Amino acid sequence: MAYNLREELNKPERFAAGHRMCAGCGAPVAIRGVLRALDPQDKAVIANATGCLEVSTFLYPYTAWQDSYIHTAFECAAATLSGVQSAYEAMKKQGKIDETYKFIAFGGDGGTYDIGFQSLSGAMERGHDMVYVCYDNEAYMNTGIQRSSSTPRFADATTSPVGSAIPGKQQNKKNLTEVMAAHDIPYVGQTTFISNFKDLHEKARKALYTEGAAFLNVMAPCPRGWRYATEDLMEICKLAVETCVWPLYEVDHGKWILSYKPKEKLPVSEYLKKQGRFAHVLKKGNEWMLEEIQKGVDERWEKLLKKCEQ
Amino acid sequence: MAIRERMSGNEAVAYAMRQIDPDVMGAFPITPSTEIPQYFSQYVANGQVHTEFVAVESEHSAMSCCIGAQAAGGRAVTATSSAGLALMWEMLYVAASSRLPITLSCVNRALSGPININNDHSDSMGARDSGWIQLYAENNQEAYDNFCMAMRIGEHKDVRLPVMCCQDGFITSHAIENIELLEDEIVKNFVGKYEPENYLLKKENPLSVGPYDTVAYYMEHKKQQAEAMKNAKAVILEVAKDFEKISARKYSFFEEYKMDDAEVAMVIIGSSAGTAKAVVDSLREEGIKAGLIKIRVFRPFPASEIAKALAHVKAAAIMDKADSFSGCGGPLFAEVRSACYGLDSKPVLVNYIYGLGGRDVVTTDLKKAFNKLLEYAKKGAPEETYYHLGVRE
Repeated sequence: MAYNLREELNKPERFAAGHRMCAGCGAPVAIRGVLRALDPQDKAVIANATGCLEVSTFLYPYTAWQDSYIHTAFECAAATLSGVQSAYEAMKKQGKIDETYKFIAFGGDGGTYDIGFQSLSGAMERGHDMVYVCYDNEAYMNTGIQRSSSTPRFADATTSPVGSAIPGKQQNKKNLTEVMAAHDIPYVGQTTFISNFKDLHEKARKALYTEGAAFLNVMAPCPRGWRYATEDLMEICKLAVETCVWPLYEVDHGKWILSYKPKEKLPVSEYLKKQGRFAHVLKKGNEWMLEEIQKGVDERWEKLLKKCEQ
Repeated sequence: MAIRERMSGNEAVAYAMRQIDPDVMGAFPITPSTEIPQYFSQYVANGQVHTEFVAVESEHSAMSCCIGAQAAGGRAVTATSSAGLALMWEMLYVAASSRLPITLSCVNRALSGPININNDHSDSMGARDSGWIQLYAENNQEAYDNFCMAMRIGEHKDVRLPVMCCQDGFITSHAIENIELLEDEIVKNFVGKYEPENYLLKKENPLSVGPYDTVAYYMEHKKQQAEAMKNAKAVILEVAKDFEKISARKYSFFEEYKMDDAEVAMVIIGSSAGTAKAVVDSLREEGIKAGLIKIRVFRPFPASEIAKALAHVKAAAIMDKADSFSGCGGPLFAEVRSACYGLDSKPVLVNYIYGLGGRDVVTTDLKKAFNKLLEYAKKGAPEETYYHLGVRE
């Protein structure tokens, strides 16, 4: 059945309004997009790493989650969920459960690229039938915009600030999607929000309904950390894709597939200029930074095209 | 019919786990507890249990996995030692405050550093305030029995707390001794089914676990947790009574050995109690009224019962197989001395740190401690009460 956003939006909402995430934040958009990909009759258990999403959606005694939900700590959403999923297997074997449950972990880049990386790698290697979704906003936003291994080079973050001697983060962003692909799990996808959420929806569905471990990396911008106007969320995601900063692709049972190829690849400055965290990059005298960023994006894009046999 | 066997403490715990047949075991190897997941994964490989064995990539993930499994509505177990328990630290608190009755077999080993694989109690003593019930065993029999009783205690509706069953690394975990095992069906029936009220996989009612708890609620939740730990005392005794019916073995908060008329006493935890009993016997032969208290339950701490048991004693040595680096004594000493504060006539209490990192504990060492007690019983309390036993000067 062809994807139809209007029909998808008619599904019962599994993530209730009234949570306390910021206006213009990508995380709840990612969550709703992933949960919409569930068949309405299927049940789910959500695990969540500590972060904005957790502290803003489950403040005792209120929960925004219609499905069962568990938060334990920052670094172990994947391990926690692997316990839930294993109990499900054991209880199913004994005939204690007959419903179909899906298991989804949500973590920010701090809880996924960094502190939760070991737990994620372990759970994926063990092959639990679950989906780990990273909502990647490229810094530790919950604690106040500290750099993570996902923060891109030259971005201004509170532990990699722009100063007179050092112009923002010095290291490159970790390529986690490829690291996860190297786990040889059945499905890995990289996506964000463009046009009618079709790419996110289709990748979430594949991730959910492919047996075994799956990983989804969703670029989910943060208006506070990236310093953009809240209404620009969708525009920034689109520019990330059109500049090839965040290419849309998947690795389905080992096959690399490019999901979208821009007709005309836009210069990276189009993406950067919307964001306060890169303001210094576009200043006169700092052209070398812009060149370096462009060079990095171009190289990674070319490599990806080769992997996808484009 | 009881089964007479010979096995190590580790095998005894794994055997109990097989009989209980939990839903999930999340475990990571660490000496000296490694044999437990080894034995258990063989049971899984042989199809003797229905358990999902999750070979996690760290102890932090082992405890996280157990939390997830228990919250999901299953029974979860794990085993660890030393640095493994330390790596679980954060999650031990999450397990307890989420009121999830996970059962952990702690095979006590010194905590680094320097790294040392031998026995002392620094690992579990460090976790004494994490909100777990702690049971300690003297030998393989007690390690087995405690594990059989643990779930009945932890899962009780008035308790709902995780339970740590401790035994001494190598000394108990690896020594092969005689043991009396219970039949599978008897253990299964005794432990019963796990039927939580609410759990993640309850189809009628989805559940959110692990909230952000604000100032308005946090303290009430902590008070409930404290109440649960207090409630555990009655439940521990109730379960022990039921266990006696199936095993003819009697358990309480602690064991009193020749304490009735004792004038000098030793309070000790774990395998060294056997050595201490031998010393008590030899002192009794010399006409000295010596006695021993062996702690089984450290959390909740049986304070009033301990005070009562020591009330008539002139002097007692409190033996800690872990230092707390408070500068004034180990953890057991702090508890016992505090428990005795309300006594009208207080015994002289001194603290000995002993057996750290597997340092051998021999009868002559313990006898030295008793001889000191006899001196204090006559002359009164020494100024210094914090000593290390069996150390080269």
